[in-house]
Amino acid sequence: MALWNAVASRLARQRSWTAGVGSSRALSSWWHSVEPAPKDPILGVTEAFLADPSPDKVNVGVGAYRDDNGKPVVLECVREAERRIAGSMNMEYLPMGGSVKMVEETLKLAYGDNSEFIKDKRVAAVQALSGTGACRLFAEFQKRFRPESQIYIPVPTWSNHHNIWRDAQVPQRTYHYYHAESRGLDFASLMDDVKNAPSGSFFLLHACAHNPTGVDPSEEQWREISQQFKAKGHFALFDMAYQGFASGDPERDAKSIRIFLEDGHFIGIAQSYAKNMGLYGQRVGCLSVLCEDEKQAVAVKSQLQMIARPMYSNPPVHGALIVSTILGDPELKQLWLKEVKGMADRIIGMRTALRENLENLGSSLSWKHITEQIGMFCYSGMTPEQVDRLTKEFHIYMTRNGRISMAGVTTGNVRYLANAIHVVTEST
Amino acid sequence: MASDSVFAAVVRAPEDPILGVTVAYNKDTSPNKLNLGVGAYRTEEGKPLVLNVVRRAEQILVNDESRVKEYLGITGLADFNKLSAKLILGADSPAIQDNRVTTVQCLSGTGSLRVGAEFLARHYHEKTICIPNPTWGNHPKIFNLAGLSVKTYRYYDPATKGLDFQGLLEDLGAAPSGAIVLLHACAHNPTGVDPTLEQWEQIRQLIRSKQLLPFFDSAYQGFASGSLDADAESVRMFVADGGECLAAQSYAKNMGLYGERVGALSIVCKAADVASRVESQLKLVIRPMYSNPPIHGASIVAAILKDSEMYREWTVELKAMADRILSMRQQLFEALSARGTPGDWSHIIKQIGMFTFTGLNSEQVAFMTKEYHIYMTSDGRISMAGLSSRTVPHLADAIHAAVTRST
Repeated sequence: MALWNAVASRLARQRSWTAGVGSSRALSSWWHSVEPAPKDPILGVTEAFLADPSPDKVNVGVGAYRDDNGKPVVLECVREAERRIAGSMNMEYLPMGGSVKMVEETLKLAYGDNSEFIKDKRVAAVQALSGTGACRLFAEFQKRFRPESQIYIPVPTWSNHHNIWRDAQVPQRTYHYYHAESRGLDFASLMDDVKNAPSGSFFLLHACAHNPTGVDPSEEQWREISQQFKAKGHFALFDMAYQGFASGDPERDAKSIRIFLEDGHFIGIAQSYAKNMGLYGQRVGCLSVLCEDEKQAVAVKSQLQMIARPMYSNPPVHGALIVSTILGDPELKQLWLKEVKGMADRIIGMRTALRENLENLGSSLSWKHITEQIGMFCYSGMTPEQVDRLTKEFHIYMTRNGRISMAGVTTGNVRYLANAIHVVTEST
Repeated sequence: MASDSVFAAVVRAPEDPILGVTVAYNKDTSPNKLNLGVGAYRTEEGKPLVLNVVRRAEQILVNDESRVKEYLGITGLADFNKLSAKLILGADSPAIQDNRVTTVQCLSGTGSLRVGAEFLARHYHEKTICIPNPTWGNHPKIFNLAGLSVKTYRYYDPATKGLDFQGLLEDLGAAPSGAIVLLHACAHNPTGVDPTLEQWEQIRQLIRSKQLLPFFDSAYQGFASGSLDADAESVRMFVADGGECLAAQSYAKNMGLYGERVGALSIVCKAADVASRVESQLKLVIRPMYSNPPIHGASIVAAILKDSEMYREWTVELKAMADRILSMRQQLFEALSARGTPGDWSHIIKQIGMFTFTGLNSEQVAFMTKEYHIYMTSDGRISMAGLSSRTVPHLADAIHAAVTRST
C-alpha cells in the first residue's frame, strides 16, 4: 500500500534525525525519590517459598487449593467448559456490568435459586474482578454516595481489605472478632462493638470461612448479630470468597446471608469464584447490592458501571464464560458441586490429621481449634517469632500472623508440619 | 423492620456516550441499521472477527493439560510483559537492554492508563495532565478519578479537519513545567488525525525542553498503517533520546482481544534501580484494585508474540484489517464525491486508523440516526471498521441527506 511505503521511507530518514538531536539533558530521573514499596505480606510468602532450594519446603502461605500431591487443581467441570468454549466464541467487549448470564447464575448462588429479590429485579449486580474487584467497587461506591460513612472491619481480616478501603479513601474502624485465648470468636466484644457503633454504620462481614482465622459465628450467633444490626440500622457488606469451600455445601455456607435477607436487611455481597471454582487467575466475581425496588436497582447498577468504566471499562470475558457454561448446564453444575465438596472434604480431613498428629506428639497445648475452625485457613495461634523459626529451620512458609493455609497440607507433609509446629511451640 | 436502603437517594447515571450507542443500536429493529459507534473491528460481512492466529493460540492453551489457572503475580505474566515492551519499544531498544523499563500487565488500555495515572498522582511532583482536544471520552474520567488535574491542549482544527499544530505547540509551550502530556501514539481517537514524523520531532523537542512528561496511549499499534514498527515510531523517538516516559498498550483492537482485557503499562526510567522501585510502587496501586490481572488474554498474546511463525501470521492478519479500513475510507470518499455531496471530504482519506471525524454536528448525527438508523457518537465520529462495501452507499446517502437538508 502506498501509505505504508511512504511511512517506511520516512522511517528511514527519521533514524538519522534523532541521533544526538535534542536529547534530554542528563537530568536525574523523575522517580529518584520513589521508595521501594514493602512486599505484600501474603504474596511475598510465595515468592520466598519459590526461591528456597530445600527439598523439604512446604508452602502453607497463599490460599490457593492444592490436591493431596501438593499440586494445583483445575476442576474437571472447568476443563470441560473450556473445551466447549474454545474456538466457538468471539471476544467482543462485555457490557460494563459484565456477563448478564454469569451474574444471574451468581446471584442465585448467593440469594437462593428462587429468591424473590431476583424475581422482583431488586438486586443491582455487576461482574467484578474477583473478590478484590467487588470489594473495591463497593468501597468506591460507598465513598461516592455515602461520603460521610466509614467501614468497620473485623480484627483480624484479610490484609488487602485495609488497602482497598484506604485507596477508596473511606475511613476505617475496627470491630472485635478473634479471641486469641480460645482461638475462637470474641462474640461478646463483637456485639458490644456493633451496639456502640453509631447507627447506620457500614460493616464488612465474612459470610463464611473467615480469612485468616477460620473462625465463624454459629447460626445462632448470626441471628443475634442480624437482630442487633436491625436495631442499629447498620449496613452489612458480605465478603463471600469461600461459598461451598467451607462446609462443602454452598447453601449452608450462605446461611449468614440468608438470615440477613430474611430479617429484611438491604445488604451488599462481594462474591468470588477464585477458590470454589479454582478460577484464581481468571479474576471472576460479582458485586451485588439489594435495593428497595427495581428502579433503585437500575440506578445503583448504572452508578457501579460508572465506577468500572474509568477503571477497566468492562470486565474480562473468559472466566465469566466458564462460570456461565458450568452453572447454566445442570450436569456440569452437578459435577461442580461434587468437586467443590471434594475440595472441602480434603481440607476437613487435613484439619483432623494435623490435630491428631500434634496430639499424638504429646503437645501440651490445645489444638482443638484446628478442627473447630473452618475453610481454607487455620489461625494456629503461633507468634511471628515461631513462624520465623518454622521458615528458617524447617523451610515452612506461612504468613507471620500464624495463618496456615490448610489447602497446602497433604498426607505427605502433615507429619513433617505437625512435628515442626510441635518443636517451635513446645520450647516457649 | 430495617430502615430504608442507605442508597435510596442514588440517581440513575447517564448512559456512557460511547458504549450507550451500541445499547441504542441493539434496540433498533430496522434491517438497515448500521453500528458505527464503538470501535470494534467488523469483517466485510459485518461480523466480529477472531484472528486465526488467536484461535490457534487458544487451542494450544486448552490442549495443554499442564496449564493451571493460578493467580498471576501482581504485575501479571512475565513473558507477556517482556514481549509487550519489545513490541512497543522495539526489540533492540537500549532502554530494555539497560533494564530501565518496568512493564506491568493491566486491563487493556483503560487499566494501563488508570494504573499509570494513579502512580503519577502518588509519586510525581506535578499533578497536571494535558490531554488533546478532543480525545477519547473516557480519558478525562480516568485521570480525574486517579487524582490528576486535567487540562487540554489544542489538537484538532475543524477548519482543516486536520492537526492544529501551531495551537498544539503553543498550548504545550504554556503548560506548567513538568506537566504530564497525554499523547496518542498513532491513529488518534476520535479524529484519526496524527502528526507527521517531522511534527513529532518538534513536539519531542518542545516536551523535553519544558521537562514535560510524555504518557503515550497506544491502542492501535499495527492497526493504523498496517506496520507495527511504523505505528510505534512516535514512542520510540522519545525513548531514543534517553528521556523518561510512560506507555499504555492495548491488544483489544490489534489482536482482536477486546473482551479479554489485555494490555500493558510500561514506564521507561533513567536507571534500572529506579525502574525496580517504580515497579514495586505500581504493585501497591494494583493490589487494592484487583490484586492481579486476568490470565487468559495475556497467555494468548504471549503465545503469539514468542513464536516467530505465529507472530508473522499475526502481522499478516493485522495488515489485512488495516487494509480493509483503508479501503473503506477510499470507498466512502468516492461515494460522497459521486453524489456531489457539498464540502471537502478528503479528510476521510487523510485521517488514519479506525475512526473518522466526519465534521458532522450532533444535530446532523441525530438526523442520521432517526432517518437512516445510523448509530455513531454525537461528536460525528464514525468507526470505519463498522463499514462494508455493501453498507458504504447507505452511509453516503445518509451523510448527503444530513448535509443537504435545510434546517
